[in-house]
Amino acid sequence: MLGAVINLSYLIGALAFVWGLRGLSSPVTARRGNRQAAFGMGLAILATLLTPNAQGNGNLIWILGAIAVGGLIGWRAARKVEMTAMPQLVSIFNGFGGACAVVLAGLELQRVAGGAQAATGSEMVILLLTLFIGGVAFTGSILAYLKLDGKIWDEKVTLPQHSLINAIFLVGLIGFMIFLCWQSTSLSILTLIIFTVLTLVYGFSFVAPIGGADMPVVISLLNSFTGLSAAAAGLIYNNQIMLVGGILVGASGTILTVLMCQAMNRSLLNVLIGGFSAKGGASKAGDTGDQTVVEVGLADLAVQLYYSDKVILVPGYGLAVAQAQKACKELDELLEANQVEVKYAIHPVAGRMPGHMNVLLAEVDIPYSKLLDLEEANAELKDTDVVIVVGANDVVNPSAEDDPGSSIYGMPVLQVWNAKQVIVLKRSMRPGYAGIQNPLFFHEKTKMLFGDAKDSLTKLVGEVKNQ
Amino acid sequence: MVIDQLIAFFDTHLIMLYLLLFTIILGFEIIAKVPTVLHTPLMSGANAISGVVIIGGILLVKQAAPTDWLLLVGGSLAIVLGTINVVGGFAVTDRMLEMFKKKQK
Repeated sequence: MLGAVINLSYLIGALAFVWGLRGLSSPVTARRGNRQAAFGMGLAILATLLTPNAQGNGNLIWILGAIAVGGLIGWRAARKVEMTAMPQLVSIFNGFGGACAVVLAGLELQRVAGGAQAATGSEMVILLLTLFIGGVAFTGSILAYLKLDGKIWDEKVTLPQHSLINAIFLVGLIGFMIFLCWQSTSLSILTLIIFTVLTLVYGFSFVAPIGGADMPVVISLLNSFTGLSAAAAGLIYNNQIMLVGGILVGASGTILTVLMCQAMNRSLLNVLIGGFSAKGGASKAGDTGDQTVVEVGLADLAVQLYYSDKVILVPGYGLAVAQAQKACKELDELLEANQVEVKYAIHPVAGRMPGHMNVLLAEVDIPYSKLLDLEEANAELKDTDVVIVVGANDVVNPSAEDDPGSSIYGMPVLQVWNAKQVIVLKRSMRPGYAGIQNPLFFHEKTKMLFGDAKDSLTKLVGEVKNQ
Repeated sequence: MVIDQLIAFFDTHLIMLYLLLFTIILGFEIIAKVPTVLHTPLMSGANAISGVVIIGGILLVKQAAPTDWLLLVGGSLAIVLGTINVVGGFAVTDRMLEMFKKKQK
């Protein structure tokens, strides 16, 4: 009877995962979908706790204690984090999932090495794969977190010929795995530790050459890795819900990764090799020579905005960093009150994660209908009076369209230069995340407003109020 | 030798392999048409689901001998890590989606 209840719970749990993911892919049902998936997870955990086993339930105190500690940490982190730091948090959570798989596989392998448990060749393969994939997801996510958080810059961790080194490293590790399977009867703890360490180092090395701007893609990919390692662990324990949950994430994460790459018009391979690394070509920063930048005065800009018919804001990571979304909303309300049409052009990869900007703007209640996607925006930009670029850079770079030597050539961008006037809010002339110069700043239609995005917008709001 | 093992593996895990195949197709199909707006919450939600690996941790600790400290402590560590992933993942996704809800009004 109990067995049937447990199996039924797993079945419902698995269905809840599928249903939840389905819900998550549509705006109306997304929140319910997330809760359904969470419910499925709760049910699966409960069923596992109730599973009878030969040892009795003496260890239950350990399990419940661990769940309480982990739950508390996870909950607090999720509640306290700033909306702008969301991508980093997702990355670190994903790293923990990977670490969990590493610890599990490590412990099981240690039992095999200690002779406490025999393993067939195929079981060894699964265990090693769980450890390997989980390990890459773990340290890879940690490095992705550090890069996103600006704690580590690309140049510090990238070696020359890094992708070649990674390829050789990977082949070596696969060889090591085959050797370990073949040697499974005389597996020693030491070789196991060496393999684990090498795996963890590989995780770092795998993410190292990938440009900071591509971190969203990487996180999505590492997320699918964590899913795969969970699925592999499901094979070890012959547990269906781990398999279903893991593979679902593995498959959907892979598709999501590909969709993100498509949004940037690049291949996954190109991203992984580090397309933005030192081969930027003709448009590297610095060779812009005698081009001049025109600054705009706050009062002038305020007047201009006040008498415009249509203004489009282009938010980017600068908006997130400066927490400028509230100031955006204020400006929006002021201008709307004066019959100026205000809209937002959201590039698919603006910010550090797809949808990052939507989340931030939603936080201050900017309505859905005001957000334009890439095609809509490019159509509307043609009859726009003023475009305000708030801390975006690479997504408004005309080099992507007219400079075949540029490393972002071919990426679809927001054609802000089609508007009558472009105002760029920026902290300094420093190049964007892709590390390349942006000819937009020197464009005849462009004027710059230097400073922190929030400060600038707040001052601008003050000036507009004075009109 | 290796072939025999592979065949044995195939036979014992046949249902699991079916499940694997269908789930892969399902995973691809579910996500194929998702708007960009939802990429971040979707990634975050999927990430929480990948925390299902915690089930393995619970099973491991359950089956450990009461004196096997390595398994108890190590397994508990795995559970802590997995729970952070699960609870944090779902909670943060909910927070993101809360904002989408507000503007639907």
